[in-house]
Amino acid sequence: MRKHLPGTGSILKLIFRQDRFKISVWLLCLILITISVAYAYPEVYKTEEDIMGFILTMQNPAMEAMLGPVYDANNPPVAAVFAHEMLLFTVIAAAIMNILLIGRSTRTDEEDGRLELLLSLPVGRLSHITAVMLEALILNALLAILTGAGLSAVQTNGITPESSFLYGSILGSAGFLFAAITALFAQLAKTSRGATGLSFTVLIISYIIRAIGDVSSEALSLISPLGWTVRTGVFIDNKWWPVILPLAIGIIITAVVFYLNQIRDLGGGFIPEMKGKTRASALLKTPLGFVFRMQRTNIIAWAIGMFLLSAAFGAILGDLEEYYADLDILQAFLAANPDYTLTEQFVAMLFVILSIISAIPVVMVVLKLKGEENKNRTEHIYSRAVSRTGMLASYMIMAIIVSIIMQTLTAVGLWATSYSILDQTLSLGKTLNAALVFLPAIWVLIALGIFLMGLFPKATSGIWLYFAFCFIVIYLGELLKFPDWLMNLSSFTHVPQLFVEEGDILSLTILTLLAILITIIGFIGYRKRDITG
Amino acid sequence: MNIIEVNGITKKFGKFTALDDIHFSVRKGEICGFIGPNGAGKSTTIRILLGMLKATKGTAKIFGMDVWKDAVEIHKRISYVPGDVNLWPNLTGGEVIDLFLKMRGNGNIKKRDELLKKFDLDPSKKCRTYSKGNRQKVALVAAFACDADLYILDEPTSGLDPLMEKVFQECILEAKKEGKSVFLSSHILSEVEKVCDQVVIIREGKIIETGSLEDMRHLTRNKITLQTKTPVPGLKDFPGVHSFAEENSRVTFQVDTEKLDEVIRHVSQFGILKLESVPPTLEDLFMRHYKTSKATDEGGAV
Ligand SMILES: Nc1ncnc2c1ncn2[C@@H]1O[C@H](COP(=O)(O)OP(=O)(O)O)[C@@H](O)[C@H]1O
Ligand SMILES: [Mg+2]
Repeated sequence: MRKHLPGTGSILKLIFRQDRFKISVWLLCLILITISVAYAYPEVYKTEEDIMGFILTMQNPAMEAMLGPVYDANNPPVAAVFAHEMLLFTVIAAAIMNILLIGRSTRTDEEDGRLELLLSLPVGRLSHITAVMLEALILNALLAILTGAGLSAVQTNGITPESSFLYGSILGSAGFLFAAITALFAQLAKTSRGATGLSFTVLIISYIIRAIGDVSSEALSLISPLGWTVRTGVFIDNKWWPVILPLAIGIIITAVVFYLNQIRDLGGGFIPEMKGKTRASALLKTPLGFVFRMQRTNIIAWAIGMFLLSAAFGAILGDLEEYYADLDILQAFLAANPDYTLTEQFVAMLFVILSIISAIPVVMVVLKLKGEENKNRTEHIYSRAVSRTGMLASYMIMAIIVSIIMQTLTAVGLWATSYSILDQTLSLGKTLNAALVFLPAIWVLIALGIFLMGLFPKATSGIWLYFAFCFIVIYLGELLKFPDWLMNLSSFTHVPQLFVEEGDILSLTILTLLAILITIIGFIGYRKRDITG
Repeated sequence: MNIIEVNGITKKFGKFTALDDIHFSVRKGEICGFIGPNGAGKSTTIRILLGMLKATKGTAKIFGMDVWKDAVEIHKRISYVPGDVNLWPNLTGGEVIDLFLKMRGNGNIKKRDELLKKFDLDPSKKCRTYSKGNRQKVALVAAFACDADLYILDEPTSGLDPLMEKVFQECILEAKKEGKSVFLSSHILSEVEKVCDQVVIIREGKIIETGSLEDMRHLTRNKITLQTKTPVPGLKDFPGVHSFAEENSRVTFQVDTEKLDEVIRHVSQFGILKLESVPPTLEDLFMRHYKTSKATDEGGAV
């Protein structure tokens, strides 16, 4: 063994040097968010009734599937509420950190030939993998200890030093398990994408198994590592087995990793690289199918993200009337209107924010055409019998489709979770309308993107400045008392918030016409200009 | 009949003049080499021919149609291979080729599969795993699997190994046999020399020479290595002899093509032991041109 290890220390230093920025950002974010939320919770849940109310809203299948089972203690401290809301998703974030960092340190280094360079130096055969596993160990130990230390400094009811370190250790041990899983796949798969892809698959399957298990049968949940992490009873029972178990399994996997690493060739793997298709599908050969295929992953990820985000907002609607009514900031924000319920006002405001977030993937879809040009890939297309108008139109149509999908998902996500929580449910039709009414405002952004691509290609990303402007107007416009003319420059200002306002067909029509006009100018410009690649 | 006709094209990028009033034409059934060093303006010319860049001045026609206005119509009958082939990393080579054939129209599936074999390309691999040469093969297979009347190729072999370069040359010669025209840009002169009927030489955005290789050779000199029984007196100052160098009993020099006959007659009187004559390569021609134009530039400055 000895002769296999020289150089481990230097490689470890090299890895930390290379990744120091990513490592610090990840750790800082995870730890600071955890601590600041724990710090803020007593403000939100002031009394026992508040906590019981929270538990009641959480005790339904939808929420348990999302966040895990509710504590069955009689009088849980507020820290337990914090753990219930935060733990699972922080564990997932820690797992993602490990998958990305370890995936990079193992397979990506190997793929890019850096490992070959290292191995040509006087370092041992196992030095690199040892260094990577040490990296994982140090990373997750830091996460566990710093989170534990940070939490125990917070004066929130229910937090004790032991439970704080237990909380940190859950993050660390689950993180280490996923580091080991990633290292394992880095031995098995032949590419870094394969390795991280398989690791993410394990993470997602773990989440799904736990979700089903937590709703139907606990035994099923116990198959999933994420099922263990929500069963520590941290801040109440403080059980340590869910920390020991992933750690032990992580160590066993590490042993397998070492074995596999020793018997395989550099650059080799055990899972044969999947053969791709040798023929293009009929879908890919259509212009829209091509545009979709190029951005498939991105679109799907955003769709899921938008759905989850609005579902999460829907889930807190139940608390709204009870807990947030006396929150001054929110009151000012909503400019309390006695004609509508707080929920209605909150939902109306949510849709403005969610809509502008939906605009991000939509704008990304159109701008992709410029990205293709920058990467010298449009020349393949335009040197064939494809017109510029046709191609640009395909990107535009795809962006419009994506805008409709995003807004629909936003409405459905919000409606679905709020449905299981609210006494007075929102109507699906009204919710859908309230979301879809923002489409013309989003289309103005598509139009401006096309306009810039057509007339000022070098300034195409300037569309994000306008986007930022719209965002600021929405977020701070009222608060900072922007003058009307400035507010009116944002397309989102002209959309009626259907939950608290009447429909305004005229301004929607004008927005749509404006979008069409700008788009036409953009198309004309795009047909006339030089295509540089 | 002229397939490509370029008439006084000028292209400016802001203040920078990338192409300065260029003229040339390519006849039907001809392989035309378009030669110039890096940055000479080859790709810019080709992109104008493809209707991707708009000429600042002048007109260019392919099949008698305007390259800018009738781009899509023209593209139905041409095949293009760019110099730097960038592909979509998440598609396989096979998918990309099919996509290209679909965009172009009338691709030949049988020919596609033959070419894949000829170029020894695995179409089931994702483009992200392809080397530069393999990406170029994808573009070449897509280009030659179509029944085009004109092939426009921008430094298509810069990433290919010699074996594949040979396959490529077969492809264009075959296209020529079928009466197709080829416009082939390159900065590697020897590669063009073997296959081209005509060359157009571009430098700093100006066409400095057009014509067949035969036409151009008169401009240049053969390189002679000579060994004689007795030294040739006064050879150094013989008319038409340049760059004379002597080493032991061996002399090397360059001789103007039109003076070759006289020089050989003269030296043969001294008992030739060894005579090597290297025909001028395009490279020499090129160097020669640089030197003369530099000399005139300098002369003009004085
Ligand atoms: N889009 C552009 N903007 C500004 N300059 C350009 C652009 N494209 C090409 N050029 C310049 O024009 C000249 C000719 O380039 P190019 O045609 O690519 O040369 P070649 O293909 O012969 O190597 C170079 O000096 C290059 O820098
Ligand atoms: Mg070039």
